[in-house]
Amino acid sequence: MGDFDRREVLRGALSLGALTLLTGCDVSEEDYVQKGLRAVSSWNDAVQGTIFRPDHLAPTFSPAEVVKPPRFNAYFDIEDVKPIDGATWKLELVGLVNDKRPWTAQQIYQLPEQELIIRHICVEGWDYIGQWSGPNLRAFLTRVGADLTAKYVYFICNDDFTESIDMASALHPQTILATKYAGQFITDPFGYPLRLRTAVKLGYKNAKWIKAIEITNTFRETFWSKQGENWFAGI
Amino acid sequence: MSEQEQPSPAGLRAGVGESAPLWLSPRTSSPRQLHPLPLRIMHWINALAIFIMVGSGWRIYNDDVLFGWLHFPDFLVIGKWAQYGLQWHFLGMWIFAVNGLVYVSYGIVTGRFRQKLFPISPRQVLATVGDALRLRLRHEDLMVYNAVQKILYLGVMLVGVLMVITGLCLWKPVQFSELADLFGDFQTIRLIHFLGMSAIMVFVLIHVTLALLVPQSLLAMLTGGPTVGDMPAAEPPVAESAAETTH
Repeated sequence: MGDFDRREVLRGALSLGALTLLTGCDVSEEDYVQKGLRAVSSWNDAVQGTIFRPDHLAPTFSPAEVVKPPRFNAYFDIEDVKPIDGATWKLELVGLVNDKRPWTAQQIYQLPEQELIIRHICVEGWDYIGQWSGPNLRAFLTRVGADLTAKYVYFICNDDFTESIDMASALHPQTILATKYAGQFITDPFGYPLRLRTAVKLGYKNAKWIKAIEITNTFRETFWSKQGENWFAGI
Repeated sequence: MSEQEQPSPAGLRAGVGESAPLWLSPRTSSPRQLHPLPLRIMHWINALAIFIMVGSGWRIYNDDVLFGWLHFPDFLVIGKWAQYGLQWHFLGMWIFAVNGLVYVSYGIVTGRFRQKLFPISPRQVLATVGDALRLRLRHEDLMVYNAVQKILYLGVMLVGVLMVITGLCLWKPVQFSELADLFGDFQTIRLIHFLGMSAIMVFVLIHVTLALLVPQSLLAMLTGGPTVGDMPAAEPPVAESAAETTH
């Protein structure tokens, strides 16, 4: 996601493209157009929630097909990644959770691991097969006494990055809190020490460098949805 | 083509001018226009939908190109930024799919597809292609589609269906994984979706060129065109009878 965004910010200022031609309006009216398009996007969120199959498994692949290392994606370049110190890092729990005691990396590593060899699909169009492992999110949420009837699981990440997913996707059997890639601890660019990896969302929904998980019924826009990306982004 | 389905030359010559009031009472009158009002509305909604889908599709394509040599210029794409292109695409998909569904249902229920598009005989196709190559293609008879037109219209409809299906597979490769598996992996489906767009663009090029070369066909899609009556069968129009004699 990272490359195109910067590129587009530069280019977007120069070009209005066919958007202008189509609507016959100028830049000042663009907010109006955006409002309409975002309303459609919200409608598409609802449609996606309706057609989501909670128990339908995504295709999985063999270890031989795994791409190593994984492909980097963020809204900044790989050189700009700010590593997290795993020794002092803690996972905070917020909102509708009974046991809000924070988790250290070592505690999380003690949990049973699930491995997923699944296709990562980026909204840009590229894809690759990755091998991720870590605790199953449903098992983790159950363990900490999260309200599984709540609507959203919200991730607060390093650098104030935010992302959230619907509860049904969070409880999908192929949604994990990943700590490893291809059997090794995830490296800094890919979300060390903890990231989300789910088989049922586009790449950008898979929050990296997670600092806190909040269980909530309140919808809040996220980093990407604020920019106009579709919030549900299910695949 | 059976005799009964041949429109009357008299009906043809009735022309555009006389047909104007017909849409006021489309159900009661037995004479119908070549392009009834609902069909014209659907045609132009579809034109808008194609415009949105292709323009925004090119914007989405540019973000991760399939061919290194092909980037669509900014002035041709819809959506200033990639996510805006996606927003347009996922608006356009509803217009395209719902309108397309109504159109296909209409074509089947009213018998329009059967009358206009079938049968397609290989001999007719060869004859029409031969005529076209000799620049002898007659298009003044708007009532009857020649074999090449039939194939183009039927073909582009099938491509449209393919675009909806491959579009669903790209949008929801996991939810519709059974469907996606029929086509192959994600990049293969992207390629098919791209080729479908290309086929539609080739169609649009031919379609618009011919509509401009034969302006009364373009006019007919705006006003409804000549009246088709339930009149007695008559001699097939000249262009067609030439083809018929080769049978």
